[in-house]
Amino acid sequence: MHMVTLTKGVPDFREGKVSFDEDGHLERGKTPTVMNPNDKIALRAALQTKVKHGGHVSLMSMGPPGYKEVLQEGMKDVYADDLFLLSDREMGAADTWATAMTIATGIEQLEQEPDIIFAGFKTADGETGHTGPQTNWCLDINDELTDRPLITHVISIDVDEDKGTVRAKRLVEGDLSEIETIEAELPAFIVTDPEFEATYRRAEHRLRYKDLREATRERAATLELDEDVTVWNQEALNLDPDFIGLDGSPTIVSGVDPIPKEPSEREATVIEPDDEEKMETVFDEMKQYASN
Amino acid sequence: MRDTHEHYEAVVVGNGPGGAAAAAALAKQDIETLVLERGTAAGSKNVSGGLIYGEEWAPYTMDDLFPGFREEAAERPIDDYYIHNIAGESVKTFDLHKIHHQGTEWCDAVLRRTMDSWLADRVHEMTRETGGGMLTDVRVNGLLREGGKIVGVTCDELDPITADVIIAADGVNSELARDAGLMDWEEPDDWFQGVKAVVDMDPERINQRFDIDPTTGSAHLFSGDLFDGVRGGGFLYTNEDSLSVGTVFHLDSIAEERAEPHELLDNLLTHPLLDQWFDGEYEEREYSAKLVPDSKKVAHPSPHRGRLLLVGDAAGQMQAQGPIIKGMNHAVTAGGLAAEAFQEAKTRGQPGAAGALYERKLESEGVMKRLRPRRYRMTRFISESRPINKLGNAVINSRVGAAGLKLFDGLIERSFNSPFVLGMIPDTKMTYVTIPERIGEVLGDPVTSENNVEPPGLDDRIGDLTYNVDDPHIEVRDESFDASGVAVTACPVSATDFGGGCYREETVQTNGETERKVSLDTQPCVECGTCAVVADTHWEHPSGGKGVEFKQG
Ligand SMILES: Cc1cc2nc3c(=O)[nH]c(=O)nc-3n(C[C@H](O)[C@H](O)[C@H](O)COP(=O)(O)OP(=O)(O)OC[C@H]3O[C@@H](n4cnc5c(N)ncnc54)[C@H](O)[C@@H]3O)c2cc1C
Ligand code: SF4
Repeated sequence: MHMVTLTKGVPDFREGKVSFDEDGHLERGKTPTVMNPNDKIALRAALQTKVKHGGHVSLMSMGPPGYKEVLQEGMKDVYADDLFLLSDREMGAADTWATAMTIATGIEQLEQEPDIIFAGFKTADGETGHTGPQTNWCLDINDELTDRPLITHVISIDVDEDKGTVRAKRLVEGDLSEIETIEAELPAFIVTDPEFEATYRRAEHRLRYKDLREATRERAATLELDEDVTVWNQEALNLDPDFIGLDGSPTIVSGVDPIPKEPSEREATVIEPDDEEKMETVFDEMKQYASN
Repeated sequence: MRDTHEHYEAVVVGNGPGGAAAAAALAKQDIETLVLERGTAAGSKNVSGGLIYGEEWAPYTMDDLFPGFREEAAERPIDDYYIHNIAGESVKTFDLHKIHHQGTEWCDAVLRRTMDSWLADRVHEMTRETGGGMLTDVRVNGLLREGGKIVGVTCDELDPITADVIIAADGVNSELARDAGLMDWEEPDDWFQGVKAVVDMDPERINQRFDIDPTTGSAHLFSGDLFDGVRGGGFLYTNEDSLSVGTVFHLDSIAEERAEPHELLDNLLTHPLLDQWFDGEYEEREYSAKLVPDSKKVAHPSPHRGRLLLVGDAAGQMQAQGPIIKGMNHAVTAGGLAAEAFQEAKTRGQPGAAGALYERKLESEGVMKRLRPRRYRMTRFISESRPINKLGNAVINSRVGAAGLKLFDGLIERSFNSPFVLGMIPDTKMTYVTIPERIGEVLGDPVTSENNVEPPGLDDRIGDLTYNVDDPHIEVRDESFDASGVAVTACPVSATDFGGGCYREETVQTNGETERKVSLDTQPCVECGTCAVVADTHWEHPSGGKGVEFKQG
């Protein structure tokens, strides 16, 4: 089995990491870039497939050279056999469409055609959720012969190598109350839901998982970013400049409006705890909420 | 179905000292071995005092099986060993280093999280080579049977697994031993309850205050009247940069006296004698508790059934030699012998004979005679009978008794140092409370310093622990106070009039009558096992990785 997982770097939105300026704009320079959390879930699905069926997990991203560290993070925290970065000035400022075009070309450039392509459910910054499905569409138009089934909102997968199929459970309305099971032929394109959970019910799988996790942590720790990440630029991918980067992006962002903070509906009265008289009124107010 | 089950030659349940030893010994014989541990890390569920002994007679010791153990996994080697007999503020100290060193090659203090995790890494390396390995976060929940015969194990997290031999080293609350009908949870007097606090202390201060150098450590035991008449005692051991201070009491005594274990521990922590070491400073890292089997009563003479072999606490192999507690070393020996037995049985082409062979080895290697000394069996009936105790008490408390104690001062210290005498010690209030108290009173000197430390309350102790809360793993079968009320006091994280613990007393009005009942919230449970014995419960462990997580142990 050959699996490719797609990923993107996003600002680290965690408390204490992210930095906003006075107007509430994200300060990219001061905010560290990390691997999009949902993509780690997709990568876990790829790892689960490798644990159970063997094979090869590639991790691919498009972005500036700094994304090598994002790829390294995926290798360290989850798993990857090899890392690919599609990087060129020309590719900058791409919308989801141009990104999908570029990534689809990157996937086609791989030595081996992937049996499953995994993507995470939307990025923490863009939040469109388009890139995965669009990439699959681009792959299809480039290659008329394979029509990869696209399965989204996937919460568990089970590959049957003999039959050449994948059976996936997916959320229908985005919540756990309605789950459908789909069986599709390989190769396939799978977008994992944040609810995805890898399951290992056999001891041998958990042992192999442990081996692979240990190996990938070690490799990530000694990774030479310049040598061990394969970087493909526009020339290497032989991309038409009209279809990539800003020029290839039909999306027009007309403007960004900060969401104003909602004014507080409640009025607050400050009462000094030492002021006995006023405190009495507080207790009187609270009485109605007390039981008996 | 059979064919689809995953199969290993050996499955070891639990990665405490018993399981680790068994797994290492099996792996050395190139037997394909899978180790399953329910903790999220090995040691995260475990508590010991903890002095581990390397004994001269033992066919298997920790450092033999795991080279580097003492340097890398243990705390300080223990040279000094004292017992303090306490009567109020009057204390008589005996030096017990003789019995401590007798037959002992080495003895180290340990903290179980560090120790068991270190062992688990070695165990994984060794067993992986055989095609197996060590897994955490997996709780074995029962035995797999085919045609009435034990063939493997079932787990919460994994599909059933078959094995040629199953070594249950799953500790004092072994669910497998119970599933096989080999052990039960019936009698409180079969068990001790251990409660412990790990207290922060800078290494330099330890050296200074205990007057030891950085490469040595000391042990202090405490008995007498500081535990409100409950039978048992206290201990204090030095680690690298902390102290382990705890108590071990007979569970029947805790139940009878309606004692609050955490208060008994506090009695020790706040005794003026301890001021010389605390010097007014007290920072508690962790509070923990666990049942301890009393091998004299429950060490199973035939700890196997079919392919299942019990090892360590699961088989009741925990020796209380008077105040000296030896469980880890016996678990190691038993683990080694169980592995050896399987290897031999397999070589003879009769793997099914492993259990019988194991039983024979426990006898011939001298394990059983230490766990269940004949002397104790002979003296128990007489010395634990009430009239004789009464008489003894009267003598000890008389002026004649006092004169005798003075006369025999040296002799008493000598008899404390005699394994022969210690092996006979009956489980009565006289031995645990009256005699030490009288020794302290008659022979002791008053302690003059004041101990001002304030140990944390139960709510803080619970608050400092880490929990991964799951569905309730204990169910009260009979909620009446008569059946389960003792748990309110005996549970180490519950107390009368404390709402934040596991067990609470409630009064319920039914048909105009008030009824005393208990309710249970398992959230703050430390999985000690006490309520499995003293209350009417359906008791299970939480699933793998769930429940309490000890960081020290
Ligand atoms: C307060 C106190 C003080 C003590 N002092 C000493 C001392 O000073 N010296 C000494 O030698 N002994 C002492 N002991 C006793 C000693 O801790 C035990 O005898 C010893 O730990 C027994 O080892 P074991 O391997 O049999 O079991 P344990 O160490 O209890 O290990 C059992 C293992 O099995 C795992 N397990 C349990 N159930 C399952 C399941 N269903 N599935 C998967 N895994 C499971 C547990 O998580 C655990 O890791 C003390 C005990 C206490 C409580
Ligand atoms: S609820 Fe039971 S097992 Fe849990 S801590 Fe209390 S007595 Fe121990």
